[in-house]
Amino acid sequence: MIKDQEYLKSKASYCLDLAKKLGATDASVTVGNSISETVSFRNKVLDESNRSDSLAISIETYIDKKKSSISSSNLLADNLKTLIEKCFETTKITPEDEFNSLPDKELLAKNIKDLNLYDQSHLENDKKIDYLKELEETASIDKKIINTESGFTENKSNFILANSDGFCNGYKSSSFTASCVTVAKNENSMERDYEFTSKCHLSDISNPLELGKVAAEQTIKKLSPKKIGSDKISIIFDKRISKGFLSSFAGAISASSIARGTSFLKDKVNQQIFSNSVNITDKPDLIKGMGSKCFDSEGVKTETLNLVNSGILNNYLIDTYNGKKLNLKSNGRSGGSTNLYFENGKVSYDDLLKSHSKILYVTETIGHGTNLVTGDYSVGATGFLIEDGEFKYPVNEITIAGNFNEMFKNITLANDLEFKYSVNSPTMMIDGMTVAGK
Amino acid sequence: MSNFFDKSDLTRKDVDEIVSETLKNCDDGEIYFENSKSESILLDDNKIKSSNYNSDLGFGFRAISNDVVAYSHSNEISKDALKNSAENLKSTLKSIKGTYNHEIPKTNNKFYDDINPIEQKTLDAKLEVLNKVNNYLRKKDSTVKQVTASFSGEQKSIEIIRSGGEALTDVRPLIRFNVSVMLEKNGRKETGVYGIGGRQSYDDYLKNDNWKNVCEEALRIASVNLDSKPAPAGEMKVVLGPGWPAILIHEAIGHGLEGDFNRKKTSAFHDLMGQKVASEGVTIVDDGTIDKRRGSLTIDDEGTPTERTVLIENGILKNFMQDRLNARLMNTRSTGSGRRENYKHIVLPRMRNTMMLSGNQTQDEMIKSVDRGIFAVSFGGGQVDITSGKFVFNCTEAYEINNGKIGSPIKGATLIGDGPSILKEVSMVGNDMMMDPGIGTCGKAGQGVPVGVAQPSILIDKMTVGGTKL
Repeated sequence: MIKDQEYLKSKASYCLDLAKKLGATDASVTVGNSISETVSFRNKVLDESNRSDSLAISIETYIDKKKSSISSSNLLADNLKTLIEKCFETTKITPEDEFNSLPDKELLAKNIKDLNLYDQSHLENDKKIDYLKELEETASIDKKIINTESGFTENKSNFILANSDGFCNGYKSSSFTASCVTVAKNENSMERDYEFTSKCHLSDISNPLELGKVAAEQTIKKLSPKKIGSDKISIIFDKRISKGFLSSFAGAISASSIARGTSFLKDKVNQQIFSNSVNITDKPDLIKGMGSKCFDSEGVKTETLNLVNSGILNNYLIDTYNGKKLNLKSNGRSGGSTNLYFENGKVSYDDLLKSHSKILYVTETIGHGTNLVTGDYSVGATGFLIEDGEFKYPVNEITIAGNFNEMFKNITLANDLEFKYSVNSPTMMIDGMTVAGK
Repeated sequence: MSNFFDKSDLTRKDVDEIVSETLKNCDDGEIYFENSKSESILLDDNKIKSSNYNSDLGFGFRAISNDVVAYSHSNEISKDALKNSAENLKSTLKSIKGTYNHEIPKTNNKFYDDINPIEQKTLDAKLEVLNKVNNYLRKKDSTVKQVTASFSGEQKSIEIIRSGGEALTDVRPLIRFNVSVMLEKNGRKETGVYGIGGRQSYDDYLKNDNWKNVCEEALRIASVNLDSKPAPAGEMKVVLGPGWPAILIHEAIGHGLEGDFNRKKTSAFHDLMGQKVASEGVTIVDDGTIDKRRGSLTIDDEGTPTERTVLIENGILKNFMQDRLNARLMNTRSTGSGRRENYKHIVLPRMRNTMMLSGNQTQDEMIKSVDRGIFAVSFGGGQVDITSGKFVFNCTEAYEINNGKIGSPIKGATLIGDGPSILKEVSMVGNDMMMDPGIGTCGKAGQGVPVGVAQPSILIDKMTVGGTKL
């Protein structure tokens, strides 16, 4: 059983009281417990089971504008006492930083909405095994599938965030995740692909037959890839890739990158940074949302942000420290975005495929070729060549490159948004990027 | 040495009994205790941005029957927590009838000292170095707009208790010192990053004002990039500099030679043992025994002493890297490559220090032989798709080569290649093998472990460069 609110609260207040007693002017504590159980299958038999029970505490102590932090997994009173003393001693000799402080009291979350993020259902390991059996049976029907690996994870967590200004809140959340990775082989190549489902509530996850079928189909489609020639052609990004551009965007508009001057989007508020059909929203209070939050990691209330309207940047993602540096109020984004998404475009998926006679459709990228200082982008890619709206053949061992400043202005979005992750995008097309191949 | 039981209701005898009872019909398994202390101190934007100290304690209990692994971990060290874990393992492995393999090799070698680097330098002294770095760089060059410098240090104590009561222990220090600098000139911004580290005290790396060399190197990389032109796109010849660019070896073939992917036949190398996978003259080893290196270990996380494993000898595939589980299932022995990020994770076969050994040619000869290509000196990170064998890495410092001469610097670009065939494209191997500066972390299945790489300069006849210029 995960630790209840009372237990976590008692640990948090023990730490706050002790920090105050030692002489800290302010303090904040986060205590969390999470239990997860995973069962893994390989080639239709049990491969691994893993049970994880993790406690974690992190404490920040302030002496006016001086701050230091400690974290630990050992919640015994003895250990906490030693650590808080150490933290306090470190704080004393850490230089002052005028922007250090707890969040403004009036910004702290007061009404905690029930966003239905916790499902108390428990799926016994035997039931997880049944799910994975069905999944792998379906995934391995085609003889070209030579290896299947799948897993089912159930996670339950609970946490409390408390600070010396009287904030003390937390809530439980849960997730149920099933995934399937398949390997297909023919005389020309061996390829791997995957499919997964992850939801807060057990009853919302995909059916195992569907999951196994999709993973196998996607993998078999990749067999016998060709390398294409270097060229400037339009690229369509599958939903599982297009969302990555949103994550990069979120990194570039975080108040910390802006305050440090290390973002290509610095000073771009009120400017056109995307094509004018693009709207981006960050919505924290989505019911059962994978990224939903009642307050941010400092306790600040979260509200929906329209980050980009008709291509124009409206706002940064702001936390207390960097907000003070920029002379802006926190908008409850310490710890980043919540449920971040591109709103639907006007074109259907099918029409997008037909929009040019020759298109590269990217289903996977590898490498870390994103530079948020310059906006330069260069990654390895795998996908398909589309001619006249039809998938012709799989493509691999190529790279795609461009710069976000131009790429963002050349985005066309389809109208097929769905909420599968905490960051979501419809299928996306970008014109004018360079493909390097043969 | 950590005493894992002094604050709990557990005695060593209880642990032995629970472990032996739980593993009695298993093929392998152990309980792994870990106590780690770590710190990170960061200077950023002219200020000490954070000073964090972490202490983590926990155990992971593993039972293996044939090829099924049951694992349970917790950070409560108590009789109840251990018994709960034991119950959880038994409930997974319902009907087991294995024979426990008690055999585990021993060693008297030690590749680092039992030190706690965090305690060996005062916080004041660390803050002083970070402030010196900031002032030095900002004074040195007026285009410096941002400086980030950090210390991270760790001491990890582990104790592995196997069925029958055999115990194996290790104390592992690890430090890293890093500097990142951003320059701005004529509206253009570029960053340069450099770091050093390994399994010694901070001062072993910082003596003789060595922090200045780290600053200079970060500054040099950033300056070069300020003048960089768009990188070319397409297939061409690539000369790799010595040292850190060996992450090519790590990604292109290292991961593909880890035992698990080959037992499962999902690696592009699984049926190539004894075959020619690289040009003649190419020899690659994975070595866990180099004194005080970031990737070195006295014993791996299953207790097996590490070794120098020859992976490819003169172009021929000789060995995979193995942990106990994959070794047993493939009828071979562990190469001391069983590693885990911490007690929360299962053991996997992993790399330690992966090195391509020196040949006879010079870097000069390589450059002179190239009509059109690139010379890559420093890299960010890399990644591989084990199954298709395709791998990438990102240049952070590279130059064009035109008619045998080094030309302008080029912007960061991704290079992509095919693991099983890339080493056959190596046409020259340099005589200048160098270790990396001790900063690598390898990710696999969500677990990060410290690793090292080394190589001489090499010439690759054909690779795809992912620039924007056609």
